[in-house]
Amino acid sequence: MATDVHGPVTTTRKEKPAPPPAANASAVRVQGLSRRFDGRAVIDGLELDVRPGEFVALLGRSGCGKSTLLRILAGLDREIEGTVLVPRRKAVAFQSPRLMPWKKVWRNVLLGLPGKPGRPVADKALDEVGLGHRSDAWPKTLSGGEAQRASLARALVREPDLLLLDEPFGALDALTRIKAQRLVGELWQRRGCAVLLVTHDVEEAVLLADRVLVMDDGVIAHEAHLDLPRPRDIADPEFARVRGELLERLGVETGAQDTGA
Amino acid sequence: MSISHAPPTDISPKTPPGAESAGTGSAAVPELEPIAASSSRRTRVPRWLRRTSGPVALLALWQVLSATGVLTSSVLASPGRVSQVARDLVADGTLPTAMGVSLQRVALGLLFGTLIGTALALASGLFRVGEDLVDASVQMLRTVPFVGLIPLFIIWFGIGETPKIAVITLGVTFPLYLNVYAGIRSVDSQLIEAGESLGLSRWGLVRHVVLPGALPGAMTGLRYSLGIAWLALVFAEQINADSGLGFVMVQARDFLRTDVIVVCLVVYAFLGLIADFVVRTLERLLLQWRPTFTGR
Repeated sequence: MATDVHGPVTTTRKEKPAPPPAANASAVRVQGLSRRFDGRAVIDGLELDVRPGEFVALLGRSGCGKSTLLRILAGLDREIEGTVLVPRRKAVAFQSPRLMPWKKVWRNVLLGLPGKPGRPVADKALDEVGLGHRSDAWPKTLSGGEAQRASLARALVREPDLLLLDEPFGALDALTRIKAQRLVGELWQRRGCAVLLVTHDVEEAVLLADRVLVMDDGVIAHEAHLDLPRPRDIADPEFARVRGELLERLGVETGAQDTGA
Repeated sequence: MSISHAPPTDISPKTPPGAESAGTGSAAVPELEPIAASSSRRTRVPRWLRRTSGPVALLALWQVLSATGVLTSSVLASPGRVSQVARDLVADGTLPTAMGVSLQRVALGLLFGTLIGTALALASGLFRVGEDLVDASVQMLRTVPFVGLIPLFIIWFGIGETPKIAVITLGVTFPLYLNVYAGIRSVDSQLIEAGESLGLSRWGLVRHVVLPGALPGAMTGLRYSLGIAWLALVFAEQINADSGLGFVMVQARDFLRTDVIVVCLVVYAFLGLIADFVVRTLERLLLQWRPTFTGR
């Protein structure tokens, strides 16, 4: 992992040295949000605030509505009640990379960008995720990890103030996942954007996030602030304590070895 | 880094069981067989030669049957006779003229049919309103055998070029419509959602996600359409034509010239092959993103 998060954030972009200036100092503000599917409330009066530049992980049992919340924040689900404020510039990386198979990787990265940005823009973003050499490849020829990194580059090239990650490492093998997690941590520290990471992996959450939320019964049921130094070490007793606490919140016995990924 | 993600402790390559147990006396020794590299399995015969060998064998069989008198010339002329007649027909200009006329009919029919079929498919594939208005009628009309409409077309359009082109257009429209429509509707909704999240406009979604996604379907439709276009041409030209390949065939029938008929059939086959080649080339150009199984 890269350097201390609380130190000055080293940005590669000179024009955007500080976290995005939001008037209300929030990157996300959600008040009284409800979402019903056939009358059943999956999200029920949820409140959420995310500071600019904050890395928030959202945990929860499967089916608890965490992905629904992310889709709402992404603007993909609009059948909602309540207030949801999000930055105009936001980007999503889904669990599956969702690259358009008929576009070369670099064209996928540029897809939907306003104006007519040239290939160097895409190549720069791809270099950032270590995929510059596959810029000209067809998406179907990429490996799972490569495709996920391309998807990440596609999200980052938008220079989002809010990055939404929906279990982006879920489909990766164990080794690739470690690298991808590390990459996300580094990119976040470099970019300084707010991140909402939806995951069901407690360790991933504790490893990366400033704040871990546990969602249950349609609301944020538990919140843990993590001020562990970075890079974080799972051998740290404090890490183990937070992890155990969160697992308990999720209804898993602390003695259990596996987080059930 | 983390427990659940810890790399497996042993990632050293496993030696195949056979290699290890070969030395030990007690364990049953499995019989080993070499896995041949794919390059050594490939035959030395060039691809084009293999592809032409089938038709050549058929031709040879035909020649043998004709020479031995099993096939009399009143049933089917011999290949030699057919090629002789083909040369004569080319020399006196009959065949080139007829081919030109037929090709023009197919081209026009294909053009109109493609335009109409694609336009209808776009209307009903992209818009709910279009679907409600268009799809039911098209689904109903497509079950009418288009060949059965030839008499009606002759009454409407006379006996000129129009009814022939109309029949081809009609035959081409429906398979194209069905496949383009199905292609549009089968575009992965996850990709559409991804496009939305990337901020694509409605038109941007259509252009960058829906249409490219529908292209494989459209290509299948085009293949069907080409096949049907030739079929429709044969039907249209054998009724009330005074030019074209079908007309030459009808004339030959009246004079019991099986050799001329076979020449025309061969020409049809070649034109069909060329059409197939065109679609293949189009697919190779437009669908190169799709990794496909190419066979061994």
